[in-house]
Order: sequence, then C-alpha cells, then structure tokens
Amino acid sequence: MKHTYTSAIRFENISLEMGKSPILANISGSFYKGKITTLVGPSGAGKSTLLKMCNALITPTSGEIFIESTPIDSVHPTVLRKNIGIVLQNAPFIHGTVYENIALPSTLQGKEFTEKEAVLFLEVVGLDHTFLYRQAEDLSGGQKQKISIARSLVNKPKILLLDEITSALDPASVSEIEQLISRINKESGVTIIWITHNIEQAKRLGDFTWIMMEGKLLESGHSSILSTSVKEQVQLFTKGVHNK
Amino acid sequence: MTYTTLSLTLLFVLIPLVLSKTLKLGLQKDTAIATIRSIIQLLAVGYLLKFVFDAQSFIYIVLMISLMILTATLNARKKGKAIKGITWKLALTLIIVESVTQGILLGFKIVPATAQYIIPISGMLIGNSMVLSILFLNRFTAEIESSRDQIELILSLGGTPKQAVQRQLLNAIRASMIPTIESQKTIGLVQLPGMMSGQIIGGADPVQAVKFQLLIIFALLTTAALSSVLVGFLSYPTLFNERMQLIKHSAT
Repeated sequence: MKHTYTSAIRFENISLEMGKSPILANISGSFYKGKITTLVGPSGAGKSTLLKMCNALITPTSGEIFIESTPIDSVHPTVLRKNIGIVLQNAPFIHGTVYENIALPSTLQGKEFTEKEAVLFLEVVGLDHTFLYRQAEDLSGGQKQKISIARSLVNKPKILLLDEITSALDPASVSEIEQLISRINKESGVTIIWITHNIEQAKRLGDFTWIMMEGKLLESGHSSILSTSVKEQVQLFTKGVHNK
Repeated sequence: MTYTTLSLTLLFVLIPLVLSKTLKLGLQKDTAIATIRSIIQLLAVGYLLKFVFDAQSFIYIVLMISLMILTATLNARKKGKAIKGITWKLALTLIIVESVTQGILLGFKIVPATAQYIIPISGMLIGNSMVLSILFLNRFTAEIESSRDQIELILSLGGTPKQAVQRQLLNAIRASMIPTIESQKTIGLVQLPGMMSGQIIGGADPVQAVKFQLLIIFALLTTAALSSVLVGFLSYPTLFNERMQLIKHSAT
C-alpha cells in the first residue's frame, strides 16, 4: 500500500554561501507532517544551519522554503517562530528561575502565565512543581533539556526542531528524552525534525532520515529503507574522513 | 598669570620625564607629545574663545558648538564601528543632548544667553556625553557578543529584536550611567570639581562657584541619561535584519 505524505516544510534548491565557501548546496526535499525526520551527518554538514532556516533564524542565499504551501518569506518571523519551536543543543536560558524560563514565550507576547500552567508543562516533560523556583542554570544537563522542551511547547508549535538535544547527556537521560519526544509526536501530532550525530538514534526514532555531508543532502528516505547505506556513511563519519 | 610664571609650571612636566627615563618606563615621547599638544590646543582655544566672546555673534557660537559635536562624534564612533550608521546616530544624540540641556538653561533664563556661558557649558556637556557614549558602546557590544545564544533564544520563541536585546541594552545603559551618579555622591568630599576650583582660583565667591557647579552636575545627570538611552535605542535595530535575524558579527 502506497502512503502519501503532506509536507510540513519543503525545500527547493536551498543554498547558503558565506564568503566564498558554500555552507549548504542545492538542498531539496520535504519534512513530512506529523512525522519524525532525523538529520544525521558529521560536524560542518550544515544540519544546524538548515534547521535554523526552518524558523527563519537564517535565510538562504538562494532557493525557496515553503511552510506547508506558503513561502516562508511571506510569514512574519514572530508568527512563524511561534508555530515552529526550536530546542538547541546547549539549552540556553535567560537568567532566572525555571518558572521565568517556561513562562518566557507567554511573557514575550504580554500574556499572563500562571504557576499552575507552568506545572502542567513541567509534568509533560516528567518534572514536578518542586523545580518551579529553582535557578534554571543550576539544573543538570538532562533537566535543562527537559525545561527547554517544556518551554518550546508553551507556544503550542506545530513543528518542533531539535538540534542535538541529547548529545551531552548520560544514557538514562537520553532514553527519557527520546521517550518524551516520541510521546509528544504521537499524542499531539507535532512534526519533529531531530538532528543527531548518533546513527542508531536516528534509525530508532526517525520515520524518515536525511544524511547530510559537507552542505549536501546525500540521501533521504524512510529510515528503515536507508539502513544499509546509512551504515556505510557512518563508517565514513567515524573514521573522521569528512569531519571538519 | 604671566607667560614667565606659566613656563615655570613646566617643572611638573620635567618630573615625570625624569622618572620615566630613570625607571625606563618608555613614556618620555608620549609625555612630550601630550605636553606640546595641550599647549598648542589650549592656547588656540583660548584665542579662539577670546575672538568669539569679543564678537558676541550667534553664528560663531553655533559654529563652535558644531565643531565640538563633530570632534566628539568622530572620537566616539571608533568604539561603535560595527554598528551601522553609528556616526549620524552619535551626532544626533549629541545634538539632542545639547539642545535639551541648553534649551532648559536658556529657556528658563538659568544662565545668560552669552558666549561666555553657552560655550564652556556646552563643552562640558558634549564632552561628558561623548565619554558616556563610548562607555555605552563598549559595554553594549561586549554584552551582545557574550549573549548571542540568549538573544537567539528569545527570537526563536517569537520575541521581537527589542525584546531580544532588552536586558543587554538596559545593562549597558545602567553601566554607562553609574560612574556619573557615583562620582556625584562624593563630589566635594574627595576632590573639588575642576570648574568650581577654577572659579575660586580666579577670585570668584566660593558659594557662587558652588551654585554653578551644582548647575553643571545636575545637567550632567540629564546628559548621562539621554546619551546612553538615545545611542542605545538608535543602535540596537541595526543589529538585526528585516527578517528579525541577529546579523552575524554585527557587534564584534
């Protein structure tokens, strides 16, 4: 039975050049609605750049990006960024408590955000009310990433971009975050785009996988179908041949 | 004071020159250049002021103030080269600071509208505004560079550029204003302010000298607040493009 998928984000010949060196070269493809797409590749492959383009933190020098069928440039950046959340690898925080950080998306819009609402979001990511008034910067790596995920959910995004959010975590925290993201995807239908260095993680979690290297999209497709070629690429990565 | 008496004060230049040579500080050349420049610059200003005061022409007053603003702008802009259009932003700030302070001083007839009052007061206020702008730009560019992640975080959550740099902007405004406020807390206790000392040495009544000094320090508070706030609010939009993206290397 052939499945048809709807594009959540579609790229048409995306390129980015900084100075004379190309960061991304002619990327075309789609991230599908309601699915988890994993992006794998070595450092310098252009994965994070591509991710930041999805919520207009970076603009390509050529090509077009469509959010569903709407050109990204015709959507106001603040509206776009509320609909497309991003969680970054280093989980940056504003100075203050967990509550202040979780409330940030609402306070930026001048909306009230109660403690009760904050606790609900903490519970979604498996934390409880005792975290509410702890200083965000004092938390462990895993807890910080959970707070970052909770904060990104406050805007009720349709798409969630995750940039190597488990790369600095211990195996137990990695497993917790993976389960959490899978649950968010299944229960809320949020489209997930997840950058990872870990090829096993990419296969385990992704409905689809993109393999990127040196600014190019080498392969993309259903994670299970890609498995053989993915392994070959992994060997190249681990040998460090293409690492920059 | 005669030129013969004044020449004796060169002994104060001789002492650091001897110390620099003896201790091998290597500051003899800079000390000599600074001495010669100060003699030439101050004598030139002295004769220029004498000409302007004698002429009592409004055009000369405006020309003198324009020269002060131009020099202060060119000096301060070196610290904010990465900020697009910093030259006109600084010039506009200095013009507004000068207009507001002199507007109050002359509008309420606090000081007479003569060159003897307008030019020295303008010099103090524009000079202070220039230092404040440099302090602000130094701090603001450092704050932006050290908190790019937080700025990008706020943008990524749907915040506006103003919201994204608000903390850095307010920190830099606060940091540049603090020295002015702090120095006023100990004024008169640690050292007598230059203008007041000058008036007293010149034979003025000390109480009268204090009144003028108070006028200046109150005006300096306005100068401090206006300079950093104006440079700040004029500068931050240029750190972002029309897609609300923090421009790479915008503040380095």
